[in-house]
Amino acid sequence: MDFYFGLAQIIGVHTLLGLSAYIVLLTGQVTLAQAGFFAIGAYVSAMLTVLAGWPIVAALGVGTLFGAGAACAVGFPALRVKGLMLVIATLAFGEGVRLFFFNFDYQVAKGQVKVGPVGGEGFRQIRYFPEHGWTTFDVMLFIWVFVVLIMAVLWWFDRSRYGAVLRAVGEDEIAAQSVGINLTAVKVSAMTIGGAIAGIGGGLYAHYTTHIEHSSFNILVATFAIAYPIVGGLASVFGTLAAVVFVQGFLIEGLRFLGDWRNLLFGALIVLAMNVRPRGLLDAPTLGRLGRFGRLFGGGR
Amino acid sequence: MLELAQTSRHFGGVRAVDQLSLTVEEGRIFGLIGPNGSGKSTTVNLVTGLLPLTSGRITFRGADLGGVPVHRRLALGIARTFQNIRLFGHLTVWQNLWVAQNSPEDHARRGFLARWLGGSRRVRAEIGELLEFSGLAHRQNELASNLAFGEQRRLELARALAARPKLLCLDEPAAGMNAEEIGELAARIRAIRDRGVTVLLIEHHMELVMDVTDRIAVLNFGQKIAEGTPAEVQADRAVRTAYLGGGDK
Repeated sequence: MDFYFGLAQIIGVHTLLGLSAYIVLLTGQVTLAQAGFFAIGAYVSAMLTVLAGWPIVAALGVGTLFGAGAACAVGFPALRVKGLMLVIATLAFGEGVRLFFFNFDYQVAKGQVKVGPVGGEGFRQIRYFPEHGWTTFDVMLFIWVFVVLIMAVLWWFDRSRYGAVLRAVGEDEIAAQSVGINLTAVKVSAMTIGGAIAGIGGGLYAHYTTHIEHSSFNILVATFAIAYPIVGGLASVFGTLAAVVFVQGFLIEGLRFLGDWRNLLFGALIVLAMNVRPRGLLDAPTLGRLGRFGRLFGGGR
Repeated sequence: MLELAQTSRHFGGVRAVDQLSLTVEEGRIFGLIGPNGSGKSTTVNLVTGLLPLTSGRITFRGADLGGVPVHRRLALGIARTFQNIRLFGHLTVWQNLWVAQNSPEDHARRGFLARWLGGSRRVRAEIGELLEFSGLAHRQNELASNLAFGEQRRLELARALAARPKLLCLDEPAAGMNAEEIGELAARIRAIRDRGVTVLLIEHHMELVMDVTDRIAVLNFGQKIAEGTPAEVQADRAVRTAYLGGGDK
């Protein structure tokens, strides 16, 4: 059973990673910086629980603020450029963060042992959950409280005027400006919210794996972050969740019995999925049908 | 209300707009006509801020617009439509108007959170009125990209009005319309003027321009070659030459 709880943890954290890119993608910006914010959240909150002995929720909160702060700071200069230039600029930031942690040593003696991040070796013994007697199931529940909360908030944003404005900017920047929308404010706010979500995700990730290192935040992670919302479809937050379940649950775990052939099939199946459902796994018409189905059996309106 | 003083916009060696001076008075419908490539759309882009001036000065209600970004100009009261319709196609008709509510009045009436995160209920009446005015009420939940061409033009006009402008720049609003639709458009432009909105109308369709405008300026190669009432402009020799080409007679 622990295997499935562990899988649910992975799915939860990757959903947060995908959602952090989802809100930025709504404004039409492609960002490869999400792995950087994820790393910042992971290192900051892990250092707070391990080195400073903070409780987990407070440490996650500070990690979130750091993720949001970094995203806001990156957002202002980066969002002045567009398209491919933005991809390169955000990629440079993400790699910069990774290389910073590759060189970052900050060890403190705690009893007999020294703890803290050591450059290339990474940051071991992030043992907040085992030390406090949390089972895999408890940790999974804890992670999913955040996932559900954040999905609910983003779902609400999507239905508010803010969500419509994000999509308007994503669709036509010139028209959006001309109806009085401040492009910089909208894009930086989306980036900041995305950074905050990546920060929480990173903090949770660091604590359930208990060991992080620079390579846990490489370009592949950044690519996954934008791949989830794109594969799942930008119609709603549920698309991102569906894509994470598809990729992490089905493609990575479900096909494990195929051995080395899995990686080949993995790519092929993603290409197939995008061809069969070009607007994402859960596009707007599918969501509409699901909504009617729900009402039919929920007795609703 | 709107004043252009010696404004120029050059693209390399091309003088798209050259030393143009205009005054649009409040409460009027001001027409800007001219052959293709005479600098009409460029003028609108200069007024709305999508293009920076090469030289000259534009003032709106006494305030210099130099360096004022596009979205701030809307807050000052300048809205526009586009020659090639630019709607938010994946938003509904209703949402297209919703996102455009960025006027200072809207800012003053609703707090920050209500304005951004509030649901659609609070603004239903205002948007409903605009939809009624544009004849789009029955299409409000349709995606903008699914509308017919004429409906898209009406929606874009409504979207510009959703920002409660004081000056509305219409860039060839009749392009691609049939005679009946143009008649409706003329009535709608007058109704907009009667709501207290000054209109700057750029148009190729002469009947419409002569019908609705109070005053017309004629551009050719970026320069103003005539200005006056529709009757005066029609009688002007330079204008006839510019449009019909030909002689030095």
